[in-house]
Amino acid sequence: MTPLQRIQEKFSEQIIESHAFRGDETAVVRPDALWTVSKFLKSTPELDFNFLMDLTAVDYLFYAGGRVQKPFRFEVVYHFYSLKHNHRIRLKVPVDEKDPQVVSLTDLWASANWYEREVWDMFGIKFKGHPHLKRILMYEEFQGHALRKDYPVNKRQPLVGPVN
Amino acid sequence: MSFLSSPANFFTSKLNDALGWARKFSIFQYPFVTACCGMEYMATNCAHYDQDRFGAGFPRFSPRQSDVLFVVGTISHKMAPVLKTVHDQMCEPKWVVAFGVCTCTGGFYDNYSTVMGIDTIIPVDIYIPGCPPRPENVLDGLMKLQDKIQRGEQSRTLYDPRTKIGRPAELSQSYTIEGHIKHIESASS
Repeated sequence: MTPLQRIQEKFSEQIIESHAFRGDETAVVRPDALWTVSKFLKSTPELDFNFLMDLTAVDYLFYAGGRVQKPFRFEVVYHFYSLKHNHRIRLKVPVDEKDPQVVSLTDLWASANWYEREVWDMFGIKFKGHPHLKRILMYEEFQGHALRKDYPVNKRQPLVGPVN
Repeated sequence: MSFLSSPANFFTSKLNDALGWARKFSIFQYPFVTACCGMEYMATNCAHYDQDRFGAGFPRFSPRQSDVLFVVGTISHKMAPVLKTVHDQMCEPKWVVAFGVCTCTGGFYDNYSTVMGIDTIIPVDIYIPGCPPRPENVLDGLMKLQDKIQRGEQSRTLYDPRTKIGRPAELSQSYTIEGHIKHIESASS
């Protein structure tokens, strides 16, 4: 039984969709169930996902040249790995544009701390329950979030300027 | 009208020439190395090209002991205040060399994090474009700097991106895709 099948069995209501390709397993999870699913992935001995490999986000604005309209704008992507069992899983969480907010996983994986700060810095997605959510790459005076697709590529910032 | 308040209360002589001569052959540089241009800078400084022939072989890693600021590599917005502080800490007379195209104009970067030319922050005396510049190019720039020091000239002005004043015209030609295609076509025909 693969990790994906296991969480599908346990959280059939909370998983919106899933796919697996040559052992590369992905599950799209409802935002309100993210913490529960992650907790299950980490604390179940047969799964034992003790390593958060990556945490990033995708902006689907103008996706595929605007031909594909998604019902949400962002997706936060989590890559988990189990050092003990040598298996991986990817979780995706759709995030709305109006209130871009996801629950923080810093209480489960300490390494989520800086990843979440980076996602906040670059995409402006807030993480509820994060102990210290401030910009990690850019400076405090920076206006906007640089990796959002509607951020103008030649925008000048007040620290260096001139602001345009 | 007293002697001190008269408009011509100084005189020039061969003394300035002697000072310039002394200064141009004892360049103590502060290498502000942030990126890949640093490798080319090191190559220039080592025995093969030997910057020491020009009296510029001994970098000082304190701004207070140096008189030429070599800005080598891309400057990001976050680094910009640090560069400004280092420049402010240097004693007069001081000169600034922009090493590599990123420091000259921003180079191929046009994004949220890169300073589009350090001459928007500090006055630049010599621009050495190239990505990275060849050591011969660097030595050429160094000799141009020596000439400038000999003449006792220092740059005092910043580049203003709005008026496009304060930067050599060759550097401020903007890059366009059409121009690039034209350049490739003319090179291949």
